[in-house]
Amino acid sequence: MKIAAKPALAILGKRDLELGPFTVDEAPLEAGPWANWRLRADEDGIAWLLFDKKGSSANTLSEEVLAELDAVLEKLERDRPRGLVIRSAKRSGFIAGADIAQFRGVTESKQIEALIARGHAVLDRLDRLPLPTVVVIHGFCLGGGLEVALACDYRIAVDNASFGFPEVLLGLHPGLGGTVRLPRLINPVQAMTMMLTGHTERARRARALRLVDVVTQERHVRGAVKSAVTGEMIAAKQDLLGRLMNTGPTRSVLAARMRGEAAKRAPRQHYPAPYALIDNWVSHGGNAEAMQKAEISSFAKLLVTDTAQNLVRVFYLRENLKSLADGKWGGRRVHVLGAGAMGGDIAAWCAWHGFVVSLFDTKPEPIAGAIKRAAELYGKIGRDDRRRIRDSLDRLIPDLKGEGVATADLIIEAVPEILDLKRKIFAGIEPKMKPNAILATNTSSIPLEQLREGLPHPERLVGIHFFNPVSRMQLVEVVSHDKVADAVLADARAFLGRIDRLPAPVKSAPGFLVNRALTPYLLEALVMLDAGMKKETIDKAAVDFGMPMGPIELADDVGLDICLHVAEMLRGSVGREMPDPPQWLKDMVAKGELGKKSGKGLYDWKDGHAVKAHEEATPPPDTIDRLILPMLNVCATCLREGVVADEKIVDGALIFATGFAPFRGGPMHYARTRGVADIRDTLKRLAAKYGPRFQPDPGWDTLK
Amino acid sequence: MQCGRPLLLRQPFPPEAFDRVILGCVNVLADEMNPARVAALRLGMGEAMTAFTVQINCGSGMQSIDTAFRYIREGVSDLILAGGAESLSHAPLVFSRRAVNWYARLFAARGIGAKLAALLALRPSLFKPVIGLERGLTDPITDLNMGQTAELVAHLFHISRRQADEYAAESQQRLAAAQKEGHFAGEIEPAFARDGKLFDHDDGVRPDSTADTLAKLRPAFERPWGQVTPGNSSQITDGASWVILASADAVKQHKLTPKAVIVDSEWSALDPSIMGLGPVYCSTAILKRHRLGLGDIELWELNEAFAAQVLGCLAAWEDVEFCRNALGLPAAAGQIARDRLNVDGGAIGVGHPVGASGNRIVLHLVNAMKRLHYKRGIATECIGGGQGGAMLIEAM
Repeated sequence: MKIAAKPALAILGKRDLELGPFTVDEAPLEAGPWANWRLRADEDGIAWLLFDKKGSSANTLSEEVLAELDAVLEKLERDRPRGLVIRSAKRSGFIAGADIAQFRGVTESKQIEALIARGHAVLDRLDRLPLPTVVVIHGFCLGGGLEVALACDYRIAVDNASFGFPEVLLGLHPGLGGTVRLPRLINPVQAMTMMLTGHTERARRARALRLVDVVTQERHVRGAVKSAVTGEMIAAKQDLLGRLMNTGPTRSVLAARMRGEAAKRAPRQHYPAPYALIDNWVSHGGNAEAMQKAEISSFAKLLVTDTAQNLVRVFYLRENLKSLADGKWGGRRVHVLGAGAMGGDIAAWCAWHGFVVSLFDTKPEPIAGAIKRAAELYGKIGRDDRRRIRDSLDRLIPDLKGEGVATADLIIEAVPEILDLKRKIFAGIEPKMKPNAILATNTSSIPLEQLREGLPHPERLVGIHFFNPVSRMQLVEVVSHDKVADAVLADARAFLGRIDRLPAPVKSAPGFLVNRALTPYLLEALVMLDAGMKKETIDKAAVDFGMPMGPIELADDVGLDICLHVAEMLRGSVGREMPDPPQWLKDMVAKGELGKKSGKGLYDWKDGHAVKAHEEATPPPDTIDRLILPMLNVCATCLREGVVADEKIVDGALIFATGFAPFRGGPMHYARTRGVADIRDTLKRLAAKYGPRFQPDPGWDTLK
Repeated sequence: MQCGRPLLLRQPFPPEAFDRVILGCVNVLADEMNPARVAALRLGMGEAMTAFTVQINCGSGMQSIDTAFRYIREGVSDLILAGGAESLSHAPLVFSRRAVNWYARLFAARGIGAKLAALLALRPSLFKPVIGLERGLTDPITDLNMGQTAELVAHLFHISRRQADEYAAESQQRLAAAQKEGHFAGEIEPAFARDGKLFDHDDGVRPDSTADTLAKLRPAFERPWGQVTPGNSSQITDGASWVILASADAVKQHKLTPKAVIVDSEWSALDPSIMGLGPVYCSTAILKRHRLGLGDIELWELNEAFAAQVLGCLAAWEDVEFCRNALGLPAAAGQIARDRLNVDGGAIGVGHPVGASGNRIVLHLVNAMKRLHYKRGIATECIGGGQGGAMLIEAM
């Protein structure tokens, strides 16, 4: 007989966290000496120091937090307990890193240097503490959090722990002693790789790297702590090979290879941080004191660069989009119509994130293909998590009869872009839907006003427009129309939050925001191609600007058929003049030369890579303006027309959907940095030279 | 999983609404000791779903329905998911007892000398695996495998090789016709593999089989004179089947449309060496209880373990001596018309996933009765070890 209203672990789960002498639900003492730390000895005389940042669900390091830690350490130096355990009282994890807010808008590197040096002094004090220090890590342990952990004698990881130095993604390198301690603890090449790539490592891998001494479960944390404090546990030490790699000549040889690897992903002129890190290690890797000095000064220098400040801005752009997904939506059943590339991948992604997904198609073969792609994707992103892979595949239910509609909380239509087909499907499923279910369309080109026509409940229709590939493109456009209910828009955004995507609210307008902005960029590249420029030259110009791939390669990657479809759709519906898609493009599409997916497009494709002849010429000086400014021009139009609410959303959307040079902070930020007047004047010049398609949007006049 | 998900998906109630799950399974895999519970959890039926596995050999899939039927009749449950599943392709190869003993000694040996001595006792013959499947299909009491029991039934009722082959060929043709007519639509769900392979029909069907082509096959079990061949036996396959059983209250509460009502069920047992006659015993017991004759049953599903065994059952009902003395009937029970028996073929074509078959024939009986507008039917199967199970069903 079933008596439980709630799963047992929903009730008991919170007891799992082992907090030594503290109980899990214990409220922090109002009158405690520190706002963010709690200290108490257990019955064995071991001091437990809980980090519980005030007013926050996750722990981050700030000046105040470190100053308090300093005071705690001073007390411990006097009291001399048997040992010290540091751990987080937050369920979410150990420490997420430094509080990025303190890095925002910093221009004075000397000021930062002083701040960082104070932090170093605190962690050095922890490192020198004359008693066994143990850190217990659950959940994330990133950046500054990992640096705190590195300053302890023993690191005990709980199964779900993950470790990483993501600073490089902000245009920085670790700044609280990470570059000093990590290469001296584990294999230096692995250490540098962690810091250069920003990858996070899970607990088991961290154990293999000797980054942690032991991996265990909450139920054994007490036992592990005791054996660390008593010295029964032997702390991991760098092996001989690791020490050899840290010697001068070896460092130089290894560094050359690292620089080569870094150059492939992040060119030096745009991303100085990895190179600064490598240079520091080569010069000072053998001397901890010198390395520490170098770390402090280069961190402070990097922080005030445009790259770091823009990447910090990108961090906040992401937070901004994330906050749009804050709403509560309790759905658990998703029904996807159409098992093609988009539908199948949307279904797989939803199942991976815990939804029970029915995937409908009229034929079983596309569903079988979608299951195959899902299994491959899960194998890649799930790595060794066999249970999650199995459970996700279990949740992805083939549905040849469309039975899943009746119990779905959200229905996502991803069938071919044919208005009548979509209308017919809506008419078929609408009567079977639950009353409060959401009806979403993944259309990229059909106005929602046309799709909602004839629906008895137009208020529950919303556009949820994913980009391809779903698993890699973080941004999703949430498209509104004149009859949609606000609650439905909020629910759609909340749904995206639950599948770890970033919602960008846009109004139904041709091409919405992203495709509309990208199309003139792609078409202009084709015009250049027609005028005799080499495709490699055009692509290189864009990559040098900071785009993840050039427009020609991008067109192939997206699919020439899709580019052509979007271009023609936009040409018919957007007021501004756009270059005509060339006839040869139509011929290629007709011949089935579609780009990456067909193996041949503007480039030949081999094993998923474009085959390029490396003979790029120097592009004419206005090449980049011709490519980028029309994109910016569309952004200005969309802002003026109210397609999108503000510049932050535009910047976030273009960065997370197209990879628009992140270190430039987004297209509108780039325009602002260059100056709106300069953008407008340049567009005018281009219009005079190349035609009215460059005519600046009137919206520029109001952007002050 | 593959078979349960679409069934649950089309229900108007959530998977957690069931009271319990019962699954018949014969060869339980070592890493899933209670497959019913594994299925319940993987089908998203919630952590609070009780689930157990039942095993009565080839009748397991029907045993699950029978158990559910009794739970509901007793009034303790209202909604039960009852199934049968078998994955013989996953049946393990088993090491012999001698090999196990050797490994145990090696493991227990303390000290290098003892370990070495234990290691030296290793002989290549230890690694000759015992095929688990083969052991499972051999009756331990009589030491006869299932095919041999069919040989014996054929012998005792004078079933010829030709008759068996003709029956098998017709079974194949009936199955092919039924597949073509779409009689399995709504009953067979396609299975999707992780590697993108699609299985949308039972591929054991051999529509071009004739008695003549089957006559060319060599006996599988008793050479050279035996008559049971791969062609006139059921195929060993993987498979699964689920049915939902609901009380009158549950039907009302969830606004369900019942397909059929279980009227009665019965299990019987006999000498394991002639286990193929099991259906005759249990079906006759039901008929007697309800004062029915063979002719009152409009449709039969009699699991086709072996063609000779099916024909043996039919012959037994026509055999005056057997009916009088073995079944306690006043005279021969009579004939079952061939157009009322296994109308869409059976295990000879679709295969016999042992734990699933009992469930599948009940489900198919219900669907076939609805199609043919019959009211009363019996699904029955012989059970290795010398038993038989039968279920009397009325279509709604």
